[in-house]
Amino acid sequence: MKLIRRERQDRGAVTRGQGGGTPNLELNRLRQQIDSLFEDPLSIFAPGTSFFEGWTPPVDVFEDKDKYAVRAELPGMKKEDIEVSLDGNTLTISGERTQEEEKKEGETYRAERFFGRFQRSITLPAPVQADKIEASYKDGVLTIRAPKSEEAKPKQIAVKS
Amino acid sequence: MNATAENQQTTQARAGNGPARGFVTPPANISATENDYVLEVDMPGVDKEGLELTVEGNELTIVGRRKSDLPEGEACYCESPNADYRRLFELGPDVDTSRISAEMSQGVLKLHLPKSEKAKPKHIEVKVT
Repeated sequence: MKLIRRERQDRGAVTRGQGGGTPNLELNRLRQQIDSLFEDPLSIFAPGTSFFEGWTPPVDVFEDKDKYAVRAELPGMKKEDIEVSLDGNTLTISGERTQEEEKKEGETYRAERFFGRFQRSITLPAPVQADKIEASYKDGVLTIRAPKSEEAKPKQIAVKS
Repeated sequence: MNATAENQQTTQARAGNGPARGFVTPPANISATENDYVLEVDMPGVDKEGLELTVEGNELTIVGRRKSDLPEGEACYCESPNADYRRLFELGPDVDTSRISAEMSQGVLKLHLPKSEKAKPKHIEVKVT
């Protein structure tokens, strides 16, 4: 399981000041060090190590003027095993991926796919209309569309002369 | 076990004349029953049309191209890799490559690789005169 961001900032652009830098640069440097913890293949936090037990399916969030769309990659699930709930602005996707019975027999040579429970919570930036949320599951991808509540939609304000 | 051994990792490649798009290595499970090997690969976002399977010699290449049906609007948070899937497996001599079958369901590719009868080891007696 890898977490790869679609857009990556160019880290080389930030000057690596040794102390005495502006607080912002220092903060950037700290951020780089934390990032490297997750990217160094020998680090205990590296993707695929035992530190990350369980499954963190990748999630994307899209926004247009009327709604948010959340996309989660959940290959090989049954529709009934996916649960979606909303609490305030927080959308929670949970479920369990189960292995087929027949797989338990015979020899296993490689087992990289995850089976078991998972849960992801995504806090949406603005309130949504809970009763109008729709979810669909196709090709192993769950797509949830949540219309923004009226007050969260952008409004045009007429300028009076 | 010499049925299937992974031999190549993620690489960059160019698809047609479009912009360069990377590949990621999808996770796979391999198991065996008496008659066949079963290979399962997670490729969410890929349907039957986006799948390319090729066997060349003893090399099995799996390529899964994602459908580009992303939701409307602007992406404000992204974790999924913007890449297609590719993985190579080296097949052992006991796989009957002419009878490989594949099915795709909810982003999971399942391949059945039957074991061939011919490839079973034969006993040859050596006569000493």
